[in-house]
Amino acid sequence: MQFRNHRVVGDIVELAERYSVEGADELVFYDITASPDGRTVDRSWVDRVAAVIDIPFCVAGGIRSVADAEDVLNKGADKISVNSPALESPDLINELARRFGSQCVVLGVDSREQDGAYHVYQYTGDPDKTVAAELATIDWITEAQNRGIGEVVLNCMNQDGVRQGYDNEQLALVRQHCQVPLIASGGAGAMQHFADTFEQAGVDGALAASVFHSAEIDIGDLKQFLAAAGIDIRTV
Amino acid sequence: MAGPALAIIDSGGANIASLLYAFQRLGVAPELTTDPSRIRAADRVILPGVGAARDAMSRLHDLGLVDVIRSLSQPVLGICLGMQLLADASEEEDVECLGIIPGTAGKLQGDTSCPVPNMGWCAITASQQHALLSSIEDGSYFYFVHSYALPVGDFTLATASHAAPFSAMVRRDNFFAAQFHPEKSSGNGARLLANFLEIAS
Repeated sequence: MQFRNHRVVGDIVELAERYSVEGADELVFYDITASPDGRTVDRSWVDRVAAVIDIPFCVAGGIRSVADAEDVLNKGADKISVNSPALESPDLINELARRFGSQCVVLGVDSREQDGAYHVYQYTGDPDKTVAAELATIDWITEAQNRGIGEVVLNCMNQDGVRQGYDNEQLALVRQHCQVPLIASGGAGAMQHFADTFEQAGVDGALAASVFHSAEIDIGDLKQFLAAAGIDIRTV
Repeated sequence: MAGPALAIIDSGGANIASLLYAFQRLGVAPELTTDPSRIRAADRVILPGVGAARDAMSRLHDLGLVDVIRSLSQPVLGICLGMQLLADASEEEDVECLGIIPGTAGKLQGDTSCPVPNMGWCAITASQQHALLSSIEDGSYFYFVHSYALPVGDFTLATASHAAPFSAMVRRDNFFAAQFHPEKSSGNGARLLANFLEIAS
């Protein structure tokens, strides 16, 4: 679930419950405005979400310290995802992994092609503040794994919002350098796009927001479709 | 004085909240406690656990709960690390555990398509019939997060497979355990917890 100023999403607790019932395997809650503003999320909603859903969920945005992460995990989240704060201070990854275990720590990466190579972008929550970090995507993902990250969500910015399918070329390349679970993000517009990314890029999971929020794709139907396509997936 | 219907041993570590909420959704208000008298008096007991086996065992020793847990005769359910704590030992830092269920938790086997830790939904298959698995069909998915597991053996109640098969659930007498997190396993998990609440104490 992505919360942006330009798109108002209904009550998150209600939405979380709906996705949980439809058969989502995991929910990711993004406050992508948290880092550019230098503020943190109001976390009272984490308790409310944990009380109603019975699938794992991850909180992304505004996790800048071990204390931030502990607060979210104690409220019932299973994972925390770091992006811009980890770029600012890569030691944060080591600290989080040491304290909570790699399985709790997800790396969010916003990446796009530029001059024939993939680069990491920072502060993508605010178009005015988005900047290219001085990092090649593969180098950053390799370093983050050495520091103890347990999962990577790769948001391919060339595809984000255009609904033409996941960037399977980039994902397949990253897959070769990623020994931890890799989750595809950005570009889902049709059920076939999900099947394509599992088959062509070998990802472990596929993340989408708008096609579910708009109810264009029902998660239960999607999983039946993927199971019929021969992909090993939980159906409800 | 009557004990709680359900005591959850406060074994330390995060994510007790999800377990409390899962039981609340089933209409039960568990008591989170480290008090030996409350644990002994409970109708049912949950031994949860996340983190490292050595830390968890030292905490149980410090709290004087090792013999308390061993002597329980009501239904006990170990969850995740709690399952490994019920075993003889864990290869994780070579720690001696409670010795209630025979076996030693070993490092999970992995390969390129099955990284360790195993994080995600895996299907289980029953090895024995038991009321705890009532209405849970073979092939039902549960949510796992672990790097160690008990091998398949005489006390295995259900198996799952990552790069190789392991015990997803074990049972010995009144002691039950699940390697997965029923509180995060959607409808199947809720059913399993409800089944546990139905087992005669």
